Amino acid sequence: MAKGKAAAAPPSGGGSDAPAGGFVQLLTPDGEHVGSVTTADGTTYSVDFTDEEYRGLYRDLVTVRRLDAEATALQRQGELGLWASLLGQEAAQVGSGRALRTQDMAFPTYREHGVLYCRGIDPIMPFGLFRGVDQGGWDANEHKFNSYTIVIGSQTLHATGYAMGVTMDGKTGSPDGEAVIAYFGDGATSQGEVNEAFVWSGVFNAPIVFFCQNNQYAISEPLERQTRIPLYRRAAGYGFPGIRIDGNDVLASYAVTRAALDNARNGQGPTLIEAYTYRMGAHTSSDDPTRYRIASEVESWKAKDPIARVKAFLTKQKLADDTFFGEVDEDARKLALDLRERVLAMPDPQPVTMFDHVYPNGSPELDEQRKAFTEYHASFEGSGH
Amino acid sequence: MAETITLGKALNHGLRRALENDPKVVIMGEDVGKLGGVFRITDGLQKDFGEDRVIDTPLAEAGIVGTAVGLAIRGYRPVCEIQFDGFVFPAYNQIVAQVAKMFYRSKGKVRVPIVIRIPYGGGIGAVEHHSESPEAYFAHTPGLKVVTCSNPADAHTMIQQAIASDDPIVFFEPKRRYWEKGEVDLEAPVSGAFPLHSARVVRPGTDATLLAYGPMVRVALDAAAAAAEDGRNLEVVDLRSLSPVDYPVLVESVKRTGRAVVVHEAPGNIGLGAELAARITEECFYSLEAPVLRVTGYDIPYPAARSEEEYLPDLDRLLDAVDRSFGW
Repeated sequence: MAKGKAAAAPPSGGGSDAPAGGFVQLLTPDGEHVGSVTTADGTTYSVDFTDEEYRGLYRDLVTVRRLDAEATALQRQGELGLWASLLGQEAAQVGSGRALRTQDMAFPTYREHGVLYCRGIDPIMPFGLFRGVDQGGWDANEHKFNSYTIVIGSQTLHATGYAMGVTMDGKTGSPDGEAVIAYFGDGATSQGEVNEAFVWSGVFNAPIVFFCQNNQYAISEPLERQTRIPLYRRAAGYGFPGIRIDGNDVLASYAVTRAALDNARNGQGPTLIEAYTYRMGAHTSSDDPTRYRIASEVESWKAKDPIARVKAFLTKQKLADDTFFGEVDEDARKLALDLRERVLAMPDPQPVTMFDHVYPNGSPELDEQRKAFTEYHASFEGSGH
Repeated sequence: MAETITLGKALNHGLRRALENDPKVVIMGEDVGKLGGVFRITDGLQKDFGEDRVIDTPLAEAGIVGTAVGLAIRGYRPVCEIQFDGFVFPAYNQIVAQVAKMFYRSKGKVRVPIVIRIPYGGGIGAVEHHSESPEAYFAHTPGLKVVTCSNPADAHTMIQQAIASDDPIVFFEPKRRYWEKGEVDLEAPVSGAFPLHSARVVRPGTDATLLAYGPMVRVALDAAAAAAEDGRNLEVVDLRSLSPVDYPVLVESVKRTGRAVVVHEAPGNIGLGAELAARITEECFYSLEAPVLRVTGYDIPYPAARSEEEYLPDLDRLLDAVDRSFGW
């Protein structure tokens, strides 16, 4: 497809790597910058980055991949109970994460480590959960980033309710309004609760963007087991726009998410974005993807790598050289090392703290159990047990 | 100023006061707005407080509770109405996996002060799913508190206390008592009122303790009145809070009377009564003259309406259990 004429995506945009029906793509796997894309509804998507901002996106992508690799290694070394890798989904997460404005609120699943990083949050924040020292333990409002939610799809309703609250607070209808983004995957689109979130967002015109990372698999089950039509087309049935993007293209992810968030904050209601991507790794560290997908499929997606295309673009446009790429790698390595050291230094919780934070107002029954627990353990002191 | 009003009207007035006192309180549910709820508990509230404060929701229970979680994270205090007991299960995931765990998950940094109102219990001749008593499912869930009122005055106070509490609370309303009248002080301040999670001795007695809650308190009081004619002086305790249970009040009573009979509409198997019997036995073992007995619904799905009188614990079954206790 000729540069600058990616046109009408969907239904027919994107390069030769696009799925049937097309998608919005601004940066091809070869690193060609398309310039702008106009979709069938007449919306034109483009980005307006400075050279420094392009380099910044590259740095984000490399960093979140490197931190993710460190986490995978920590899990394999027995230092994390579990890890849900984002490998392959860096562009979807960095693009949408950087599209958020400070006042926006994100509702993640348990895989949005890249979004978390782009919110400016210390990447160690979710490691308590994966190491097993707590269940997350962060303040959603302080970070504008809700708790990781493990039951599939439940957070889309939380995001919808929060977005209703934004409207009730009078925080929509202007360029400095607030918007909400709800992350979920292809598997979650089968959940009743996700469909309820679509219904509610539609009828209440909630300022929300539903960002579906279609990574092609729900653990072992392929997309065909979740849907008969492309996921973005579901939005039509709920009465709001749906759009598919190349989820491995950080520029498309940024441009389309930024536009959808701004529509939401301006009072134009919800949008469903389907980021068409691929989970390069396992579902989690407990999964073995060789049982359900073939190596050639994984290889074909390697050719669409979200980082390689940005590197190719920066190189071709002479926006960066090997010195820069080397620096980014080295900085990411240092961050990963620092993360590792801090994860290893995380103290195990005192067992009695398991009784904390069950109820804001406490419970006399729990007070009794905590006391009995403490006395029981104290009874072993000095006994050699 | 005390007025004689129905339990339903007392709830309505309590909700009105909650809406007046805190702009963050919102009511949400199916038909709660224009219609005022199928039992009219929210009658007139949307008219006076607007569609943003009293929200007619789409017909989806998981959506009601799930969006309430998001509103609560945003700083609101949602009061959700589930239309009937048997319709709560689509919301069960959100209640048990999200509402109950958000405070714990966030190490106390995120509060979700949600009240989930559920009309429960039988006795109104309804079709399937409209007469159930699912309280044990929620009382079993750490992170939730569960309460139920038995009379208009308590309904008026307890609904306001539940809304003001930062704990997530499942609030069971005895639907067949909605139309029963009692004296309510509509102006009484909630602060300093009888505590939400305290049990109350509603009839003092000396010979045996009847433990009841919600719709069964009236049955227990009637049984105690009938027993008095036979010379038995029964104490009746209204549990009010099902999680946590106010055990000190129960234990004090049973230690004094030496006998306890628990009554509830829900099936007996793994019900509240089983837990109460176990705890009372542990704490009152040397004071008991007889085992703790239970009078409950049978372990069957709630039967068709024309059989419900035989299913529901009534005065005769309760007195029969009292007789068995004395005959032990």
